[in-house]
Formats: sequence, C-alpha cells, structure tokens
Amino acid sequence: MSNYEHLTKLDEDAAAVIARYPQSGSALLPLLHLVQSEEGFVSPAGIEYCADKLGLSTAEVSAVSTFYTMYKRRPVGDYHVGVCTNTLCAVMGGDAIFATLKDHLSVGNDETTEDGKLTLEHIECNAACDYAPVMMVNWEFMDDMNPDKAVGLVDELRAGKVVHSTRGPALCTFKQAERILAGFEDPREGAVAGGGAAGHATLAGLLVSQGRTPTGPAVTTEASE
Amino acid sequence: MAPELTPVLSRGWLDSEPWTLAGYQRRDGYTAVKQALRMHPDEVIQLVKDSGLRGRGGAGFPTGMKWGFIPQNDGKPHYLVVNADESEPGTCKDIPFMMADPHELVEGVIIACYAIRASHAFIYVRGEVLHVLRRLQAAVSEAYAAGYLGKGVFGTDFDLELTVHGGAGAYICGEETALLDSLEGKRGQPRLRPPFPAVAGLYASPTCVNNVESIGSVPAIVRNGVDWFKGMGSEKSPGFTLYSLSGHVKYPGQYEAPLGITLRELLDYAGGVRPGHRLKFWTPGGSSTPMFTEEQLDVPLDYEGVGAAGSMLGTKALQIFDETTCVVRAALRWTEFYAHESCGKCTPCREGTYWLVQILKRMEKGEGTEEDLGKLLDLCDNIVGKAFCALGDGAAAPIQSSLKYFRDEYLEHFERGGCPFDPSLSTAWADGPLSFARTSA
Ligand SMILES: Cc1cc2nc3c(=O)[nH]c(=O)nc-3n(C[C@H](O)[C@H](O)[C@H](O)COP(=O)(O)O)c2cc1C
Ligand code: SF4
Ligand code: FES
Repeated sequence: MSNYEHLTKLDEDAAAVIARYPQSGSALLPLLHLVQSEEGFVSPAGIEYCADKLGLSTAEVSAVSTFYTMYKRRPVGDYHVGVCTNTLCAVMGGDAIFATLKDHLSVGNDETTEDGKLTLEHIECNAACDYAPVMMVNWEFMDDMNPDKAVGLVDELRAGKVVHSTRGPALCTFKQAERILAGFEDPREGAVAGGGAAGHATLAGLLVSQGRTPTGPAVTTEASE
Repeated sequence: MAPELTPVLSRGWLDSEPWTLAGYQRRDGYTAVKQALRMHPDEVIQLVKDSGLRGRGGAGFPTGMKWGFIPQNDGKPHYLVVNADESEPGTCKDIPFMMADPHELVEGVIIACYAIRASHAFIYVRGEVLHVLRRLQAAVSEAYAAGYLGKGVFGTDFDLELTVHGGAGAYICGEETALLDSLEGKRGQPRLRPPFPAVAGLYASPTCVNNVESIGSVPAIVRNGVDWFKGMGSEKSPGFTLYSLSGHVKYPGQYEAPLGITLRELLDYAGGVRPGHRLKFWTPGGSSTPMFTEEQLDVPLDYEGVGAAGSMLGTKALQIFDETTCVVRAALRWTEFYAHESCGKCTPCREGTYWLVQILKRMEKGEGTEEDLGKLLDLCDNIVGKAFCALGDGAAAPIQSSLKYFRDEYLEHFERGGCPFDPSLSTAWADGPLSFARTSA
C-alpha cells in the first residue's frame, strides 16, 4: 500500500513531465514542484511518489529535495512572502521591511501566520536589484517596496483581495504557482500578458537612448508610451 | 565624449507586446535564423568566432570557440543548455530580457543548436521568477506551433526540441557543471573537470552551456554582420552588452552600451548617484568581483580594463553604494550569502565561509580586534585557489577588496564598539517620501 493516494490524481501530469526529458531522472525537480502544487509542501508521501515514478530510492529523492530552498518541509500558506535581504536590497531598505513584517505578522523567518495564509521568508538576490528593495510573493515581482507598502500588501492578501504583481499578472496561490514551476501553462486568460513588457528600470537605458527621461517607479509602462 | 548607448537586445522593449511572436517579427524577428539555416553549420560557428563575442555569464569565454569544442561526427547526441539561473548578487539582466523578449532567446537557441548539431536544448531558469517561466513557456509553444521548433524546423531536415526547465533555488546551480547535475535531477554540486562539458556534459554527452545574454546576442550578430558587431567595443571585447545599474543611483536599470564604457559615463546617463550623495564603493560585475571605489570611475568596463584594475567584468552588475553605506555590513551580508549557498562539497569553502561569517558578525558589532582582520585575510587565503569551484573565490572577494580600501572603517567599528552608520539613511526612502529616483520627470 502506498501512502500517496492523494497524489495519484497527478499521474497524468507526472507522465507528461517525464516525457519532456531524454532521461527520466531530469524530471525530478519539476515533479517535486508538482507535488508541492498539490500538497503545499513536500511530505514524506510526496517523496515516495516521486521515487516510485522515477525508480529512485526515497533517500535519493530526499537528498535532492532538501538541497533546494524552494522545496518546503512544512506547509506553506496561500502566499509565500519573500523579502530580499541580500546586500543591495538590505541596504536600500529590505532589512527594515523584513523587520516590519515580522512584527506586523507576529512570525519569524520561515514561519506561517496563525490563519495559515502567509509564510514569511527572507530571500536572496532575486535578479531585480534595479527595483530595490524587492519583495516576491509566490515568486512574482513586487518592486520598489517600503515598509508601508509591505504592510498594505500583506493586509490585502490576508483580506483576500486581488493583488497584482508590479511586473506580472494578478497573484495566484502558492499551489497554483508551483504548477507553473512544474512546467504547465497558467490557465488564466491574460496571465502571460500581465504586467506589460517591462518596468521602469528595465526601460531606463532605452528611454535615455531616445533622449527621454526614465520615469521612476510610480509610472507604469503603459503610461509612458 | 561618452560612447552612445546601443539598444540592441533592448530595442523592442517599448513596443506593444514585444514578448509575442508577432511582436518579435515586427522587429526582424526570426530573419537571422533563416539566414543561418542557409549556411553550413561550421560557417555559423566561424561567424560567431569572427565576431569575437565573449560569454556574458561572467567568465568572458569566447562563444564561437566554445561551440567549436563540440566534437562532430561522434555519433552521440549533443545538447545546448542555456544558463538562465541568474543568481549572482547584483545581476539582473537576463530576467528582464527573457520577460520582454523571449523569442530573441529562442531564435538564438535555434541558431546555436544548428551550429553545434544539437537536437535538444534546455533553458534552465532559476525557479524564483514565475513570470519569466510563463513568458518562456508561451514563446516556446508559439515557436512550436509556427514550425520553428520540433520536427523539421523552418521546413529543413533539422529537428529541434526545446525544454524550459525551472530550477528550485540554489545559487550554485548557476555554475555550469552543478547546473548539469541539477538538470539530471541531482543535487547541484560542481563536477570535477576534465572531462569538460563539451566532451561529457549532460547525460555524459557533448554539451554547450551558454548564458542567456550570450545566446540572445547571436541573432543580432547574424542579422547585422561581424563588422557591425566589431564596430562597437574594443578589439578584445567587441560588441554591445547590458550593464545593470542598481542601488544609490537616480535612475537604476538596464543600460545597453558598447563594451568599454566607464562607470562615470554610465552614471551620467543614469542621472548620477542619488542627489546630495557621493559614490563610496561599487561592484563591476556582481558580488563575486572585487569592489571598486571612486578611483576606478574611469576604468573601461570591458574584460581587459576591469581585469587590469584588479577585478573582473563578471556579469556587469554595477551595484552602487553611497557614503551612507557601511562596508562591513555589506561584506558580512554577502559572506552570509556565500556561506548559505556553499554546496558543502569541499572543506575550504564549506568551513571557511562559516568562519568568515562568525568573525565578521563579531566585527560588525564592534566586538572584534585588529587581530581578527589578519584572521579574515588568512581564511580568505585558505579558500582562494583551494576551493573546488569559483564560488569559493567569489566569497573572498568582498572581504579582501573592502579591507584593501576601507581598513579604517573596520577599525572604527572596534574603536567605537559598534557600527558608526545609521542604516536608515541608506534606504530608498531616506531623503523624503518620494526620494531620489522616486520622483517622475
Ligand atoms: C557560483 C557560480 C554561479 C554562476 N552563476 C551563473 C549564472 O547564474 N548564469 C550564468 O550564465 N553563468 C553563471 N556562472 C558561470 C557559468 O559557470 C558558465 O561560465 C557560464 O554559464 C558560461 O556561459 P557563457 O560562456 O555564455 O558566459 C556561474 C559560475 C559560478 C562559479
Ligand atoms: S567551492 Fe563551495 S560551492 Fe564550490 S564545490 Fe566547494 S563547497 Fe561547493
Ligand atoms: S539584491 Fe535584492 S534583488 Fe538583487
């Protein structure tokens, strides 16, 4: 008897993931994301599931899942809230934002709020330094943050409001995000187009090359056209 | 006279929906690949060699030469793996490029695979950028539907599969051999070389690993020709590239310019250091490249220029810090990053970064002694050149370089028994609710 009946509904998707690769082992990272899209974390049963699909031992799968920071051993809330505290963001205010959120949400690093909605974590450089200080919610960009905006953001998320990424579509849940990470397309209409082509910092040099002045964060791409 | 900015990769980013196939085709998209497919694969490799294009992932290795290392007629499958792991602190060019212009990367992939005779390519994207995955997935399916990928691309007898692969959070997976292990579904740990990936890479087959920007630059070179490309930059560092300015500058962002432009010139374009402040230190190419100060404002930002000045061009990630920033705090935070990201395979890095953090923490709190400075440098000496991969060398760079320029600032921490800086003055909002870059024009 397997411990993963709750995951067998993923069988068809798992087969599609494995079919993408010349050798099945390569499917392990996306399969672990797929498990997280169902469980909200990687449970021991999830590890067994991946091991059985790929003909690996559970020890082999565990060794991999614990190596990578995106795989979680405890359930993540609906929204994974990351605050970049690598040097550049930290200096630009990421440390202050992280301290404010810990206080406001009454959680420590890598902990989930009592209502189970948000998991707070400080994260490393997310390749968005030109928008510092940066937060990531379910791995979508929330650029040019400050403590007030951060508090407003988490309050809206907890209140169940629709929140948009500054350079992407409306935020989906952590589980939905994990399905995209497993390599499946976002089923929501307009999700790919969400957020436009680029934010203000991405466009700064191009605007200057045209004799124009960059807009700064308040103005979106659409408004600058 | 400062060289003019040269938007090539960024040229379409203000267009309407530039990430779509239709948007890309409006700006000559997929014309280069048609040209390339009419050439012999060896001619394509020769063209990239002649252009002098150098890898944009950090090391600056000539791209055409790397393609030429792939053995031919060996009967084995060949692979192209695009390194889209972009995780070196400060580096933020590949992500916005793939978000705005994924088809240009796909076009580069097709050309590269045709040249090295690969029939399966992978784009290994760091996992923490969901929207980039969406845009890449969409671009790849558009390209399949158009017959640009799959069986018989563009009606030729060349077949090509392209798989977008999301990572799972590990800086070390940007190192090319760790990346290959990770792509095989293992822990991302660097491999012993030789054999090099060109001989035994993915699934022990000949594999070319190239950075996103390297591959993305190929269509423009094919389209416009070698002379056009060499008309920019210097003889040894030809062409254009994306410089990423971040931190205490008025207009942070991506500035595409000929190689060899200086920080002084780039800052001019970017509105300067934030008003009322002055430059203190900066990284030329991410946190793993030794930091510079005002003294290096006029160093040509190309591979030779930065090397001669004692650092590395790296990823051209120019992180700018003004006089409000504590250099000890910066060095400690970067060191904590390296300690966290050390894959644990070799002792100098695993143990060394741990001890570096312990000592730096003590120092930042003002509890260190001058003797600790010597200990720090000794520890660095025990890592540099002795670690298994370049992560270890990178870990020593912020410490060694900050001690070179700011030894007194370290000492001041002991003398005062604490940090002399007020971190609130460095924040983006320190100079008012809509401070520096934060007012629109
Ligand atoms: C710790 C470490 C991290 C790296 N991260 C990246 C990365 O995120 N992206 C990248 O293209 N190269 C990265 N590199 C460099 C790669 O090993 C490799 O040199 C590069 O992908 C080759 O591509 P290129 O020749 O096109 O530059 C990293 C190297 C090290 C040592
Ligand atoms: S230098 Fe660090 S990251 Fe590289 S192999 Fe050694 S322990 Fe791993
Ligand atoms: S340091 Fe925060 S995104 Fe780079």
